[in-house]
Amino acid sequence: MDKYQINHLRELEAESIFVIREVAAQFENPVMLFSGGKDSIVMFHLARKAFWPAKVPFPLMHIDTGHNFPETIEYRDNLMEKTGARCIVKYVQDTIDQGKAVEETGINASRNKMQTITLLDAIEQEKFDAAMGGGRRDEEKARAKERFFSHRDEFGQWDPKNQRPELWNLFNAKKNMGEHFRVFPISNWTEMDVWQYIYMEEIELPSLYFTHKREVFQRDGVWMAKAPFMQLKEGEKLEMRDVRCRTIGDVTCTGVTLSTANNIQDIIQEVAATRVTERGGRADDKRSESAMEDRKREGYF
Amino acid sequence: MSGKESGYLDMELLRFTTAGSVDDGKSTLIGRLLFDSKAIFEDQMEAIERASIRSGGEDVNLALLTDGLKAEREQGITIDVAYRYFATPKRKFIIADTPGHIQYTRNMVTGASTANAAIILVDARHGVLEQTRRHTYIASLLQIPHIIICVNKMDLVDYKEEVFEQIKADVEDISSKLSVKDVRYVPISALVGDNVVTRSEKMEWYDGPTLMYLLENLHIGSDLNRSDFRMPVQYVIRPQSKEYPDYRGYGGRVVSGSLNVGDTVKVLPSGFTSKVKTIDLFKDSLKTAFAPQSVSVQLEDDIDISRGDMLVKETNGHEPVIGQDIDVMLCWFNDRKMVPRGKYTLRQTTSEMRCMVKSVDYKMNINTLEKDSDDLDVGMNDIVRVKLRTTKPLFFDSYNVNRNTGSLVLIDESTNETVAAGMIV
Ligand SMILES: Nc1nc2c(ncn2[C@@H]2O[C@H](COP(=O)(O)OP(=O)(O)OP(=O)(O)O)[C@@H](O)[C@H]2O)c(=O)[nH]1
Ligand SMILES: [Mg+2]
Repeated sequence: MDKYQINHLRELEAESIFVIREVAAQFENPVMLFSGGKDSIVMFHLARKAFWPAKVPFPLMHIDTGHNFPETIEYRDNLMEKTGARCIVKYVQDTIDQGKAVEETGINASRNKMQTITLLDAIEQEKFDAAMGGGRRDEEKARAKERFFSHRDEFGQWDPKNQRPELWNLFNAKKNMGEHFRVFPISNWTEMDVWQYIYMEEIELPSLYFTHKREVFQRDGVWMAKAPFMQLKEGEKLEMRDVRCRTIGDVTCTGVTLSTANNIQDIIQEVAATRVTERGGRADDKRSESAMEDRKREGYF
Repeated sequence: MSGKESGYLDMELLRFTTAGSVDDGKSTLIGRLLFDSKAIFEDQMEAIERASIRSGGEDVNLALLTDGLKAEREQGITIDVAYRYFATPKRKFIIADTPGHIQYTRNMVTGASTANAAIILVDARHGVLEQTRRHTYIASLLQIPHIIICVNKMDLVDYKEEVFEQIKADVEDISSKLSVKDVRYVPISALVGDNVVTRSEKMEWYDGPTLMYLLENLHIGSDLNRSDFRMPVQYVIRPQSKEYPDYRGYGGRVVSGSLNVGDTVKVLPSGFTSKVKTIDLFKDSLKTAFAPQSVSVQLEDDIDISRGDMLVKETNGHEPVIGQDIDVMLCWFNDRKMVPRGKYTLRQTTSEMRCMVKSVDYKMNINTLEKDSDDLDVGMNDIVRVKLRTTKPLFFDSYNVNRNTGSLVLIDESTNETVAAGMIV
């Protein structure tokens, strides 16, 4: 590469920083969604880069299902303390207590879908006009269709058949009262890019991403972690295994991978060799062919 | 660059888009490229196998890898751009698979606007159609540096050389009237895989490269304007903290050229000049910044600079034009027609202002590629040349010289929709 060329990761970084700065400039009250997973960790890192040496000029927001791995919460609180960022936490439990959502029942019950209600409520309450998310187009086929600046109507809904044209790097953030935008600064990153970038930038991650011993059981071909609110079906039995998380979501719907990778380089090799997508282990996507599109239309992340 | 960035992290990024008429096989081709380069995961493959059976197909329909919306699968067409990714040891690719249907031309332009290369497909049985012409014309307007014409479905014409040669001649006829620099031709079958990643044994007469070889080897180093430094200011960074009480950085993306610490820059529109004090990217202080980096620049002097201003270097031959009357080629996207002398919001780089359409000079006739000055009614999918008058000075380069400072969009103030894309002449 010649002197005036940057590699693919630096080009993606530059694009994401540009998008994040556009959000800060074009919206009055933006927020960055933070789940404690690697994608939102990278997105937040990019936001810090975008405004350094000033602080990130918007708050973060975590939609807490109450079904987290405790390591995620610990990591989140540490990160906020270290960086001086502010994180608003909204609880799905509150949404349930207010009677706005009813807990799913049964063995595969999950609070994943209810997050949408909590999220839309929070956006309305706090009058956020833009919510940045760490969604990537390579994750899922409906996400592959998403713009950087994605318009939402007053019900928070996405209309995939009628998206605004988005040309060059000119983002149109115009909207009516009550409407908002979802913005996806790392749209063009792949899972591999994220890991390579974490390696290059030496970004600290929750311990869950590295190998550890954990009690797990198999359900529909996916390894799941033992947790207080998980019920075992007949025939499922707990075993102690060396595992790590490939993505971090709710305990109820995120599978874990059998792995002994204890550093980023090993993880990169594992990702390069794997033959299933990272969401392949997520029960929330397996519900139907268009599970993600349907949830996104309603206002999911 | 740190040591970690050399070696396997060191790949180039190539963005390309598909184009061509409905059903010419764009999505199938992308599916084939992904499949043959082993970029498809087992669970994705199983999912499209299930979906193919459900829709009554006998074979796996590779187009379903990009046609991911329910409506697209029901109708068997692409409606909006799908972005897909794959990498070979040399390059990382960002693919925009765009729709061929005329109704969704705006989505094709969306996908094509940031591309280094466009693959335009032509169905070997049907040859050049109106949409082929429209998309080739749009690709040339957008100044996509590399165009690859793939004559597809060669399996349905017995892999005959004459068919390929005839279509090639027809496209050359069109491209000779347009300003396209680098055009290549490849005969393929997206369905079967001929000349996509592996060479076809059925077309011995073709001795050119496969599509994949072209994508991996196109020279993209000079696609960006590397000579004229331009940095539109996006955001003013002022920490006002104990540690950095006086820091005042101009955050923005270098869209062309390069900048060194110590260089003299000019600020538009004020015209003041100053020297570059620091260039920062997080905790790294840089000596040089160049396109397409995002950085924060501090100047020696206290000048009033805000979002929408632009830092430029005056050492180069070119300087941006400053003016309120501009000539623009417009692609109209909306079913609400353009209003004669209508007022719109105009966005260009990081600035926004109002403008009025003063006149329509001509409309392009897509079939003849001739200018039509009689029919000046501007509706969905029309490509026209107009004169715009802006409410405040715009600083720009001609789109042909600089894609970033020469592009604009128009927004309808009553619907907030982006109604047109413009390239400044
Ligand atoms: N025989 C043959 N059929 C092909 C080939 N490529 C595509 N097809 C078929 O052509 C039809 C249309 O293919 P698509 O890939 O959906 O076309 P498209 O260009 O993406 O269409 P739009 O996105 O809607 O504009 C499908 O039935 C494909 O199976 C080919 O090389 N040979
Ligand atoms: Mg298609």
